[in-house]
Amino acid sequence: MTDIKVKNEFLPIDPAAPLLEVENLKVEFRTANGVAKAVNGANFRLAEGETLAILGESGCGKSVTAQAIMGILDTPPGYVTGGEVRYRGVDLLKLKEEHRRQVRANRIAMVFQDALSALNPVFTVGFQLGELFRKHRGMSRADSKKRAIELLDQVKIPAARQRVGEYPHQFSGGMRQRVMIAMALALDPEVLIADEPTTALDVTVQAQIMNLLAEVQRERNMGLILITHDMGVVADVADRISVMYAGRVVEEAPVYDIYARPAHPYTKALLESIPRVDLKGQQLSVIKGLPPTLTNIPPGCAFAARCRYARDVCRQDPVPPSYQVTHNRTSRCHFWKEVVGVE
Amino acid sequence: MSEIVLQTKGLKKHFPITRGIVFQSKVGAVQAVDGVDLELRRGETLGIVGESGCGKSTLARLLVGLETPTAGEINVRGQDMTKLRGGDLRRARRNIQMVLQDPYTSLNPRMTVGDIIGEPFEIHTDVVPKGDRKARVRDLLDLVGLNPDHINRYPHQFSGGQRQRIGIARALALKPEIIVCDEPVSALDVSIQAQVINLLEGLQEELGLSYIFIAHDLSVVRHIADRVSVMYLGRVVETGRDLEIYEQPTHPYTQALLSAVPVPDPTLRGHRDQIVLEGDVPSPANPPSGCRFRTRCWKAQQKCTDEDPMLTLRPKSAHASACHFAEVRDVVHAVD
Ligand SMILES: Nc1ncnc2c1ncn2[C@@H]1O[C@H](COP(=O)(O)OP(=O)(O)OP(=O)(O)O)[C@@H](O)[C@H]1O
Ligand SMILES: Nc1ncnc2c1ncn2[C@@H]1O[C@H](COP(=O)(O)OP(=O)(O)OP(=O)(O)O)[C@@H](O)[C@H]1O
Ligand code: SF4
Ligand code: SF4
Ligand SMILES: [Mg+2]
Ligand SMILES: [Mg+2]
Repeated sequence: MTDIKVKNEFLPIDPAAPLLEVENLKVEFRTANGVAKAVNGANFRLAEGETLAILGESGCGKSVTAQAIMGILDTPPGYVTGGEVRYRGVDLLKLKEEHRRQVRANRIAMVFQDALSALNPVFTVGFQLGELFRKHRGMSRADSKKRAIELLDQVKIPAARQRVGEYPHQFSGGMRQRVMIAMALALDPEVLIADEPTTALDVTVQAQIMNLLAEVQRERNMGLILITHDMGVVADVADRISVMYAGRVVEEAPVYDIYARPAHPYTKALLESIPRVDLKGQQLSVIKGLPPTLTNIPPGCAFAARCRYARDVCRQDPVPPSYQVTHNRTSRCHFWKEVVGVE
Repeated sequence: MSEIVLQTKGLKKHFPITRGIVFQSKVGAVQAVDGVDLELRRGETLGIVGESGCGKSTLARLLVGLETPTAGEINVRGQDMTKLRGGDLRRARRNIQMVLQDPYTSLNPRMTVGDIIGEPFEIHTDVVPKGDRKARVRDLLDLVGLNPDHINRYPHQFSGGQRQRIGIARALALKPEIIVCDEPVSALDVSIQAQVINLLEGLQEELGLSYIFIAHDLSVVRHIADRVSVMYLGRVVETGRDLEIYEQPTHPYTQALLSAVPVPDPTLRGHRDQIVLEGDVPSPANPPSGCRFRTRCWKAQQKCTDEDPMLTLRPKSAHASACHFAEVRDVVHAVD
């Protein structure tokens, strides 16, 4: 996007640099029960027009990674202890808070799982949307209201002109999520991070919201990071997938490759544990045990205790490196060749 | 076919909507469950699916006696539960137990696991003599795959999947024939979900249990259920064997619901017959006349406004469907 509407002398942006790159990101929570290592060196990259899905079980660090990218981590107890988050070549982690806020408002936006708690109950939807334009674009009251209606229309809120004056509780769950998306899109971000945007919604509403997200992304050529644990949603919309386990990206690949031939035992086990029509009447395959406690991650591969491919070398440091499986996919498994089935 | 263990007829639950604080007057009713007929056979799993607010939990609570029906019958082994009182009711209720969704809030954090699982014996004192109760609880722990030595631990010392096992052990304490599972795996991750589903299936085989299995995840229901009922706004709109519902759905709502489920296979992307419904579910306090789905149905005609379609076999539906124009549309398989 060349049409830059904000003061940005503070950002030495390199338009040729990748849209968003996360490198070796580390986050920990310092709590009374010890230091929980929530993110332990996460890596990924997002291009314009691309949808990257971050997939993984509860507690693996998906939301914390998103919060660290946005600069909205709960500090204390949460601290970024290493790595870089580069937007067009600029490391956001090194910016002053006021500059960070500018980026957050204008360049990188986020949609949360729980729309009701993210909207302010005492202001109308139109006021909350309009305020974005008044504050960041210096628009007049009348103009900002007009823009608010346009946006609500764009996210397909029926009768937007009437509904702009209503309060969040007067909207259904699906419509509130649309309002959240409208707010995130208001200032034309280049990156949208959607953290489980449909987990609280019914499947028919989920389908509406996912279609909407795909549509606005296409129109605006945005980069979209979709955080989810739903492997169906991922298969429907993602271009690439990063699978997280205990705070690390253990596998990263184009969507077709991952579903056809996973290169990490965790990904493989996850795919196998989905109920499948052709296997009805048989036991589901399970991943035995539990993920490690983040205050006490064992040495070596964090998945070793649950892995059917594990050997002694897996339980020793160093942590498996990111092996290059093909030119565009990686796996943090010493035995990825065996898992993929190549020799 | 094995015998019917549970049957409902015209089951209704309407929650009054009142106005005024001191002098409450009834101004309407939420028709949470509005005329549900279902049948469950021994050893069978009946899946119940439908979107938020369609009445699944209310139905579950009616079945286990946590709500009193506004109308209708609940027959357990031929006895109408709604007519029983006192000791007869208590004994009949033993036979039908419930497992809840949230393994975090459904267990009392201040009770040990042994006390939680053994609590039903305190209420139904004649089931297991006092001296044998501890041994029975240890057996139950073992049965659900937990370590009997953990009998004195507290719920927070267990993971989500383990807590769900505790909930299942408790439901099994009184040796019921029927277990109503209300979203038993919805709060769990896929890898843990599979463990709990396998456990439920194993127990069913071992103990000959019958399940009512409520879930919003249609692929989980497909895996576990023998028959499926689809609910919309307090009513069952379609019911049949799992294959009939998933591969030959005849009710437009079922078709829309199935078509909206994302399939974990990227090669099918763009090759599915996706029906995207417009609008929201109407309020159960003021459901549409005639067919309740008509405000969102793309096939709706005048007849749908005038006549309430019954849940019954139809010329083009070999299983019961509550649509005047019921007709098979295979939405799960790929279209080219
Ligand atoms: N404010 C906080 N204080 C302490 N620990 C936290 C805090 N926020 C997150 N954590 C811990 O960080 C870890 C990663 O959490 P995160 O929310 O990123 O998980 P997630 O992958 O998003 O899971 P879910 O799928 O459940 O949303 C968890 O173990 C969590 O307990
Ligand atoms: N005690 C109550 N008083 C008034 N209304 C109620 C009560 N319990 C449930 N309802 C209403 O009855 C309807 C059905 O609710 P129910 O909880 O049975 O739905 P559900 O299908 O289980 O939904 P979910 O999938 O969200 O769990 C809803 O409109 C709900 O608001
Ligand atoms: S490194 Fe070893 S333990 Fe880890 S996933 Fe690979 S085989 Fe399993
Ligand atoms: S009866 Fe009419 S409105 Fe109802 S589902 Fe059938 S076609 Fe649609
Ligand atoms: Mg999260
Ligand atoms: Mg419910």
